[in-house]
Amino acid sequence: MIPELGHLALWIALGISAVLGTLPMLGAARNRRDWMALARPSARWIFALVALAFVCLAISFIDNDFSVLYVASNSNRSLPLHYRFTAVWGGHEGSILLWLLMLTFWTFAVATFSRHLPEKVVARILSVMGWLAFGFLLFLLMTSNPFDRLLPVPADGRDLNPLLQDPGMVIHPPMLYMGYVGLSVAFSFAVAALIGGNLDATWARWTRPWTVAAWIFLTIGIALGSGWAYYELGWGGWWFWDPVENASFMPWLVATALIHSLAVTEKRNSFKSWTVLLAIMGFSLSLLGTFLVRSGVLSSVHAFATDPRRGLFILAFLVIVIGSSLALFAWRAPTVGLGARFALLSRESLLLGNNVLLVVACGAVLLGTLYPLALDALGLGKISVGPPYFDTVFVPLLTPLIFLMGVGPLARWKETTLPDLATRLKWAAGAAIVAAFLTAWLHGGVGIVGVVGLLMAFWIIASLLTDLVERLRPVGGMRSNVLHRARLIPRATVGMMVAHLGVAIFIFGVTLVKTGEVERDVKMGVGDTTEIDGKTFTFRGVRDVTGPNYRGAQGLIVVTQGDKTIATLHPEKRFFPVTQATMTEASIDSGLTRDLYVSLGEPVGGGAWIVRVYLKPFVDWIWGGCLVMALGGLIAATDRRYRIRARQTADAAAAAGATA
Amino acid sequence: MKPRHKRLAIAAGVVVAVGAAAALVLNAFQSNLVFFYSPSQVAAHEAPSLRTFRIGGLVERGTVKRDGTRVSFIVTDTAKSIPVSYEGILPDLFKEGKGVVAQGKLEGGVFVAREVLAKHDENYMPPEAAEALKRAQQGNPKLAESLATDTVKKQP
Repeated sequence: MIPELGHLALWIALGISAVLGTLPMLGAARNRRDWMALARPSARWIFALVALAFVCLAISFIDNDFSVLYVASNSNRSLPLHYRFTAVWGGHEGSILLWLLMLTFWTFAVATFSRHLPEKVVARILSVMGWLAFGFLLFLLMTSNPFDRLLPVPADGRDLNPLLQDPGMVIHPPMLYMGYVGLSVAFSFAVAALIGGNLDATWARWTRPWTVAAWIFLTIGIALGSGWAYYELGWGGWWFWDPVENASFMPWLVATALIHSLAVTEKRNSFKSWTVLLAIMGFSLSLLGTFLVRSGVLSSVHAFATDPRRGLFILAFLVIVIGSSLALFAWRAPTVGLGARFALLSRESLLLGNNVLLVVACGAVLLGTLYPLALDALGLGKISVGPPYFDTVFVPLLTPLIFLMGVGPLARWKETTLPDLATRLKWAAGAAIVAAFLTAWLHGGVGIVGVVGLLMAFWIIASLLTDLVERLRPVGGMRSNVLHRARLIPRATVGMMVAHLGVAIFIFGVTLVKTGEVERDVKMGVGDTTEIDGKTFTFRGVRDVTGPNYRGAQGLIVVTQGDKTIATLHPEKRFFPVTQATMTEASIDSGLTRDLYVSLGEPVGGGAWIVRVYLKPFVDWIWGGCLVMALGGLIAATDRRYRIRARQTADAAAAAGATA
Repeated sequence: MKPRHKRLAIAAGVVVAVGAAAALVLNAFQSNLVFFYSPSQVAAHEAPSLRTFRIGGLVERGTVKRDGTRVSFIVTDTAKSIPVSYEGILPDLFKEGKGVVAQGKLEGGVFVAREVLAKHDENYMPPEAAEALKRAQQGNPKLAESLATDTVKKQP
């Protein structure tokens, strides 16, 4: 009964989303208050129903109800309870259901935290989100119903892909989907504003916290995925330029551009058309990512063997959404107006540079990701574009971006002068150069590329400090203490500084890993040693281990430095009988300045194994940097300014929506 | 500068920047494309002799040989075969009789792989490997099918 209940809930949700997609929109056009009033309750009902369906599927998994095809394909009696729950999104159908759950959650959030918005605007926004929900519900029900029954009922399920049996998998997909789908809010705000013709600074202020919230989730989701690849795939890489990674990275690049462009639109009323276009592009890329991942056109861990109808459906949906929103944009954008003027050198023009670079970077990733697929689809042969392409392209594109990151926050709105900027930033530039060379000399062996990377990281930090010092310096004889002035810095600015610091940490980590990592594949018999950077790795052999749904071999490797044992590592090789899959579990000793990474290859007879022994300096800084970026986003999104203005303005309609 | 000139200068700046970036991107793209060839095409000398390319097919049973960290095996598309040599650790999903894609260069009749990719789950075949089989299969569908659906070797 429970699967049928979930199935029914989805159908009802489909009906309500059709109502949400039409009536409030028409109501806004015809001034029918009763129709517009349907928007909020509909949004809440859809969320409740999709959540119910999700819970039903989760119960089927936890109860081992193998009469449900999806459960039988992705679970097993011996699978531990927590993985039976996360198996809900371990396959295609459940992933789409999770996608939908996130989408309806955001819709619900907009319905709840939009009391200060004019009724018409809310009606339009929720209507657009209703259409998106309708499309995805239809997709789920037509091509990927997770509640399909299986007859005869098998005694046991086929088990979850062992790669996904990992704590990282518990949070990576929900986080990433929250980010992906969160961009639908900015998209809906933009489309609603285009339809209503009220694109102005207020619109930008409403959109900002939502966009930043989506960006935070996207950042964390990507970082988690990267971290998972690092320790779970067992070969120590953290980014592969895999098309699926690119699919999540492209919306991130555009969302980052959007955040910066929204700032200009809010503060200066400029860039309006561009901002709207970015909002549309951001969500379109999310949809494109979904298409790439879910249509089975890619060979990747994320691509499940699927039937072609699914790919076709998402492709059609993609074309409709992108096509109609771009058509709307072409029709309405000319009425938007150009906004305030700015000089050739101003914060606006520097942010424009930021936007151009980010979008070009995104275009480069798009080309490398789609070109092989397009060529294949046209029957012109099979090609692939490897990491060297992306590496070659990204360094020259990001270098000027990082430079701008230092200059932009210090430049003045409207007009700034080169001598002024040069004077204010000369100490930062000098300090960055000294720090970079000093670090390179102390750390050793980083080469020219390493120095450039370090220079970028220290440039960001030094210019940040310059900005901070300027803000804390007393102005015009005012006698107030530093703490007081520190409190006057808007949270949005603090958030920006923290996020930029995160970028610096990230670059620092990437630079030192890229230039200093040692990767060695060695054949090791019992008692054999290998030495990296003064650390001796001794192989002490393997023993058999048994897990709940696997059996395997566990190696013992002791790492010593001088006379001291600094780490004892237990890498494993696991075999999952149900899926007939072998898995490598790396063993990592993490540290602030380095990771010791060991994983088992395969046995070569006589108790000897091929073993990967890696030294990864500062690798954890990569994900640490991402978390700091996300923290910056969190600080900025909770800026009280978005709420205070709501109270100060007499007209509640002009108020900013309470933040996400 | 007049406002009009300023706008023009900004527009020109953007165009130049995008143009330079596009040139950089396309140049890097050209030199990093990796083409795919099936073992039959390699046997027919259609593959480049100096450039890196990809091959795909099935790992022929009983051909996987180890020597320390060096592995050699034969990749077949059921019509033609090609010996492959690889230095390093193979992915977990690499199995005899299963689909595989390798990237590397041809050196004296042996394909020296720098990277070996295998399928990600039991039902899944890398598109490149499937393609190679499909091409070779035109004349002999049964053979390829029996290879593709063969039961998995049990854990050693």
